[in-house]
Amino acid sequence: MKKLIHSFPLKVIALLILVIVSCILFLTYQTYGNWDFALSLRSSKLLAFILVGIATSFATITFQTLTHNQFLTPNILGLDSLYTLVQTTVFFFFNGKQLLGSESVATFLLTIAIMVIFSVLLANFLLHKGQNNLFLLLMVGIILATLLNSITTFLQVAMNPNEFDALQTKLFASFNNINSQYLPIAAIIILILVIFLWFKSLTLDVLHLGDDQATNLGINIPPLQFSLLVVISSLIGVSTALVGPITFLGFIVANISYHFIGTYHHRQLFIGGSLIAIFLLIFGEFMVEQVFKLNTPLSSVIEFTGGIYFIGKIIYERKNG
Amino acid sequence: MIKLTDLSKKYGVKEVVSKVNLSLNTNKLTAIIGPNGAGKSTLLAMISRLISSDTGEIFLDHQSLKTWKQNFLAKKLSLLKQANGFELKITVKELVEFGRFPYSKGHLTEVDHQKVNQALNILGLKDLVNEDISTLSGGQLQRAYIALVLAQDTDYILLDEPLNNLDMKYEVQIMKTLRYLVKQLGKTIIIVIHDLNFAASYADEIIAMKNGKIFKSGLTNQIIDEKVLSKLYEIPIQIQNISGKPFCLYFN
Ligand SMILES: Nc1ncnc2c1ncn2[C@@H]1O[C@H](COP(=O)(O)OP(=O)(O)OP(=O)(O)O)[C@@H](O)[C@H]1O
Ligand SMILES: [Mg+2]
Repeated sequence: MKKLIHSFPLKVIALLILVIVSCILFLTYQTYGNWDFALSLRSSKLLAFILVGIATSFATITFQTLTHNQFLTPNILGLDSLYTLVQTTVFFFFNGKQLLGSESVATFLLTIAIMVIFSVLLANFLLHKGQNNLFLLLMVGIILATLLNSITTFLQVAMNPNEFDALQTKLFASFNNINSQYLPIAAIIILILVIFLWFKSLTLDVLHLGDDQATNLGINIPPLQFSLLVVISSLIGVSTALVGPITFLGFIVANISYHFIGTYHHRQLFIGGSLIAIFLLIFGEFMVEQVFKLNTPLSSVIEFTGGIYFIGKIIYERKNG
Repeated sequence: MIKLTDLSKKYGVKEVVSKVNLSLNTNKLTAIIGPNGAGKSTLLAMISRLISSDTGEIFLDHQSLKTWKQNFLAKKLSLLKQANGFELKITVKELVEFGRFPYSKGHLTEVDHQKVNQALNILGLKDLVNEDISTLSGGQLQRAYIALVLAQDTDYILLDEPLNNLDMKYEVQIMKTLRYLVKQLGKTIIIVIHDLNFAASYADEIIAMKNGKIFKSGLTNQIIDEKVLSKLYEIPIQIQNISGKPFCLYFN
């Protein structure tokens, strides 16, 4: 019996059922007879949630293994703030109106490319400077995110109001304003990156033993770190482009996966984490929209619970270790 | 053969390994001894490429270490660090299986399972294979780490104070295993060790380090000498022969 409860396939089936049930609920509940309209609107939202769930869990779990730290997420270090800044900057300096048209996919790719370069520089610096000082790292990350946000705000204030308006509605996504024009390209990028991580997952398992032991077992750490950081920041970039920044989703999902899946195998963590993330997003959205009829967007709910979970974990770890 | 030429490492202004020139012979059990902070661990970490040297070069089988591919090196040379630790839910067997990563990249073959079982047997871990490593005692955990290194099955094995936390039975058993590996399987083993009597009974050669330099190196009976050891540790050390074996006495 004990074995059965701990079996991975069983856990996956349980998660799959949860995901499927919440998908059905989400798609069919209270359509007011407007089937076609509701379905097309909701299914693109659903697809976005699935993509964001997968991207966030793969990126966060990989990032935490890489940094040997279950508190850090790419978002807490300000990677999504970086995305917003880069996008505003691109918009600011290359006459934004043009880019909003047919070339918006090109802007999207350019933004992600710039972001990858910046984040590799940034994260390399952080990885080398303060690996064993959690609180310093967190502080640097949070301060950096604030700094990046301030620069973004500065640029936005300096824009002419019409441009800003265009930027706001077209480029900055949120859960209520999903950038569905990016869905196909985002799906392709995420698929490629996720396959890459899938093939790296056995190497990631070794990284759990620490960088020294991994080196001893033949892994060349610096190039690995580099390639993983590129992948992680691309995933976060794509996810931010779709639904906007969500700081704590990755943190919640990764930590629930470690507890629920209870293994160090990345393949299992990736699968479990993705399903948990998709479930949380879809079920959360359903509850917020249909059941509680809240005006608060889902992202605020996630940030709120995630923030509490985060603080709780910090306090718990300080007491127990 | 491992050859070190003018090897130095500085932390800040402090030179913790300075201009070390050394040849480590193959097919020998070499013990490195010396006071705390002498630079022994630093030397081993440089040889296994965990940290880079500031000057000098390391040759492994006449080829500069820098030109070795990381994955080839992992099948040639392994290191057990002095202190190991990570938080991970993992069983003893799974930990030891990681030793086969350089060969199998995570997809274990029949040969890999054999090597893992062999290593588990040698270290008396058979009854503990499915235990979570977080539940092990210090000595059991140390044995699991040694098993990982044995499973890696490299020609060169570097062990930094492997007897830490072990009881007498396993201290003796591990030293005997190391002798067996050298004699029967032709391995080259370099071990940092503080217990002079273990070094005296089991090592072929001894390197004594002090203040980042080679204090003296040579055959075991050349180093296990009252004058040399007393000067190395700056305390009086007597040597007595009991049934033909030298024993160092340093209690007063
Ligand atoms: N990362 C580091 N930063 C600064 N100093 C260091 C570092 N690692 C080692 N040292 C210093 O280098 C010196 C040699 O350290 P090392 O660990 O090589 O000694 P050791 O001979 O292995 O000692 P022990 O017998 O206690 O294990 C020590 O004085 C230590 O303080
Ligand atoms: Mg040491």
